[in-house]
Amino acid sequence: MKDLKSIKTIKILALLLISSLTIVSCSSDDDGDHHDHDHDHDHEEELITTVNYTLTDGTNTVTLTFQDLDGEGGTDGVTTVSGSLAANTMYSGTIELLNETEDPAEDITVEVEEEGDAHEFFITSTISDIVVTKTDTDENGNPIGIISTLETGAVGTGSLTIVLKHEPTKPNNGTATGAGGSTDVQVTFPIDVE
Amino acid sequence: MIRLFIGLFIALTGYTYGQNCNNTFLGEIKDFHDKSAIASATIYIKEKDKYLVSDFDGKFKIENLCSGTITLTISHIGCETKTVSYQISNHIAKTVFLEHHLEELSEVVISSNLKTENTSIERSLNKSTLESFTDKSLGDALNSISGVSSLNTGNTIVKPMIHGLHSSRLLIVNNNVRMFDQEWGDEHAPNIDINSSSRVQVIKGASSLKYGSDAIGGLILIKPKKYAVKDSLFGSSMLSLNSNGFGGNINSELIKTFKSGYYTKIQSSYKQFGDFRAPDYHLTNSGIKNFNASARIGYNSFEKGFDAYYSVVNNELAILQSSHIGNVDDLVLAINNKQPRVVEDFSYNINYPKQSILHHLGKIEAYKRFKALGKLSIQYDIQINRRKEFDVRRGDFANKPVIDLRLFTNTLQSNLHIDFIDNLKIDTGVLGRYQQNDAISGTGASPLIPDYDKYDASIYAIGNYKFNNNSEISAGMRYDFSRIEAKKWYYETDWQVTYNYDELFPEFETNTIDNSKILTYPEFTYHNLSANLGFSKQFKNDMSLFLNYGLATRTPNPSELFSDGLHHSAARIEVGQLTINKEVAHKIMASFERKNENFGFVISPYYKYIYNYIQLIPVGTTTTIRGAFPVWEYDQVNAQILGVDIDVNKKISNTLNYIGNISLLKGDNLSDDTSLIHMPATNFTNSISYYNQDLNQLSISLKNKTVLQQKRYPDYNFYTFNPILQEDVYVDISSTPSTYSLFSFNSSMTFKAFKEGHLKLEFNIENLFNTSYREHLNRLRYFADELGRNFNLKIKINY
Repeated sequence: MKDLKSIKTIKILALLLISSLTIVSCSSDDDGDHHDHDHDHDHEEELITTVNYTLTDGTNTVTLTFQDLDGEGGTDGVTTVSGSLAANTMYSGTIELLNETEDPAEDITVEVEEEGDAHEFFITSTISDIVVTKTDTDENGNPIGIISTLETGAVGTGSLTIVLKHEPTKPNNGTATGAGGSTDVQVTFPIDVE
Repeated sequence: MIRLFIGLFIALTGYTYGQNCNNTFLGEIKDFHDKSAIASATIYIKEKDKYLVSDFDGKFKIENLCSGTITLTISHIGCETKTVSYQISNHIAKTVFLEHHLEELSEVVISSNLKTENTSIERSLNKSTLESFTDKSLGDALNSISGVSSLNTGNTIVKPMIHGLHSSRLLIVNNNVRMFDQEWGDEHAPNIDINSSSRVQVIKGASSLKYGSDAIGGLILIKPKKYAVKDSLFGSSMLSLNSNGFGGNINSELIKTFKSGYYTKIQSSYKQFGDFRAPDYHLTNSGIKNFNASARIGYNSFEKGFDAYYSVVNNELAILQSSHIGNVDDLVLAINNKQPRVVEDFSYNINYPKQSILHHLGKIEAYKRFKALGKLSIQYDIQINRRKEFDVRRGDFANKPVIDLRLFTNTLQSNLHIDFIDNLKIDTGVLGRYQQNDAISGTGASPLIPDYDKYDASIYAIGNYKFNNNSEISAGMRYDFSRIEAKKWYYETDWQVTYNYDELFPEFETNTIDNSKILTYPEFTYHNLSANLGFSKQFKNDMSLFLNYGLATRTPNPSELFSDGLHHSAARIEVGQLTINKEVAHKIMASFERKNENFGFVISPYYKYIYNYIQLIPVGTTTTIRGAFPVWEYDQVNAQILGVDIDVNKKISNTLNYIGNISLLKGDNLSDDTSLIHMPATNFTNSISYYNQDLNQLSISLKNKTVLQQKRYPDYNFYTFNPILQEDVYVDISSTPSTYSLFSFNSSMTFKAFKEGHLKLEFNIENLFNTSYREHLNRLRYFADELGRNFNLKIKINY
């Protein structure tokens, strides 16, 4: 009798154990397609592959581009500058962030703009008389930097760096280092002022 | 109809002849294991209320028995008392088997030796020590053993380390189930509720072959309690409250045991802490929420039994907000600032970054003993581990995990314990295991670990021979087959240019190319051999000597092979290599021990030589859209680790006791002629305790732990150009923090409560002097100090 009883108990237990595991393992998944073990890799990646800084003085346009299509790791990104800037000229500039692994490319700038109070661009140059002024603002009236003006001075050669900070202190002292937060974008372009 | 009549006839004659009182019962008592005769056993005849004693050959004779039932209770020193009943209708001869291994059935009688194997070198933590860590982690509790340290991520993610080795090199066996919870990553701590176990053993040398071939570091055994075979209902509840983090833990367990051998236990605990505090600031986003439950039911008798166990661990762990960095310049800023980037007011909120982990473990085990052979156990277990890591993200992805992996493991295994031969015990068994990892889609990031299937099969045999009462030898062999089949997308540039895999592994390629990524099916098969040899000898004056040798082989884990990409909570790009081979280690360990209350010691020197030691080291930076980003790569070197653990205990007076230990360790990277990364520094502990049994078991102790600065570390520092500052910046990721010394105070008292129960009160202070310090084995040491002072109150009620 005892044998029978213990076998019965084992059966009930095994059943309980298996059923509870099945329930839990199935219910805790909040994505749809993982049961298909052969599912495809994620197409929708949150990735910034491309930074475009387009500068125009009304007639001439200079584009600074950084592109790293395989994301973090892998091969290094590539910097291209379409031409040189003219001396003593006022340019209006727009920054565009793209995810080009998607087709059509996803415009990440929109998200940055939507969360403007948690983001800020910092644009600096080693050519000391270049003056960059951020002209757009977030909901609190602090600068974001998607739209800016860039004024060149004398002829020179150097570099220009664009930094995007996530969750910086706002308002801040105007420098990327002083703003804190974590860096989402930091790209450097060689530039000429002729 | 005829049968019925015959049946009736027999029954009637049986009844009529029932008064026949001339029957003789010839009995023989033998040992269950080796069938040897048991002399001088006491036989109590219930019906006659008479006692008999078995003769030299284990035999006894009962004469003038009337027909009917006879009930005999047979007892013998060192044996389980056994009651048997027989129907007497004629002369009868019976053999009764008695069992010598009483400790298997009940903890009431326990020999002083609780070791897994007499020849192994091990230390253990008992229930009361574990209780003092009720609101901490397994890693914290183990940290109190000499030679054991931990690799931390903040203060809630604590990964145990034995002799500087961690992750896949440590086997963690919970309730006889080997844990598979994605323990590969540096910041993946084991998902074990310390409250559900009653004993933890750390096996530093040998005795691990039953559980695996890859215990290069050692083995951690988490054991449940065996219950006495009696009718009883008991339990305990414990509440722990802390000033640092304004949180604590509540744990309750209830156990019911039956005389029949059945037992059942339920246990549950809940833990919550808000932001912890370093001496000078709050550690914003460092809290924890944790829920655990476990249930056990089983039947325990000498000849057969079963045990079913289920546990769930649900962890939500905040990761210090200041540790979230975007690029190497942020890291340099954090290192130079000495203060965390984000310091906010106290909060219970767990924000991003965080980890959320759910671990289910279920097992069912059954055993049966066979006469003149031994005990056969069969076990099936299943584990599901779901790990989600959340990062600080933007837009639609803000609430999505960046890593979402589900690991499913199930194992069927058997063990045959052969014990019928005097002085020789043999354990042998086979194992089959299937594991599946599912990189769940929808994270918006390429998975750090890809989908894979893994198959394992093993066979082992371990023998233990006792020369005499003082010396024993044990030897074991194990073979493991292992096959991993993965499915992974590589960037074509990585596959063809960076790692040259198109030439090394063309067989893994498919023709599927999508979005400049190539689909590959990497497959690897491994055959591993491992062996153990152990020897122990007891001397006069409680002294003993242990010698262990082990050959361990470890196949590379999935993160070492396939890791690829940003490990956000680690703030680094981690790259595995398909070219990584298995690791082979020779371990030699000795231990000279004196177990004595008045003055005892343990001196355990060890040496490990590891071929193809796999390490994750910083190799520089890669230029990403975020700027330069630290890259860590897995590589292989030949390594050696040598050291010694020393423990001393001395009774100063009847009430005062001293305990001290010191661990010395040196890890060398022989290939590059440098030190190994992340090796524990020399540390020592001294404690003095006062205990008075008559004063409500008052116990007061003062403890000091000192960790010296690790001076032996490999220099992986580098320069990086900061375009904002327009200068090269020195990235000091290798230098180690200075020496620190911490004091802690513990006190406890026990009071009688209720009819049978008692109440225990504990008051403790950790980091008594609120010292600011950083620990080199904490991965967040760049960002913030360790915890400041904590007042802790514990109330435990046994009922």
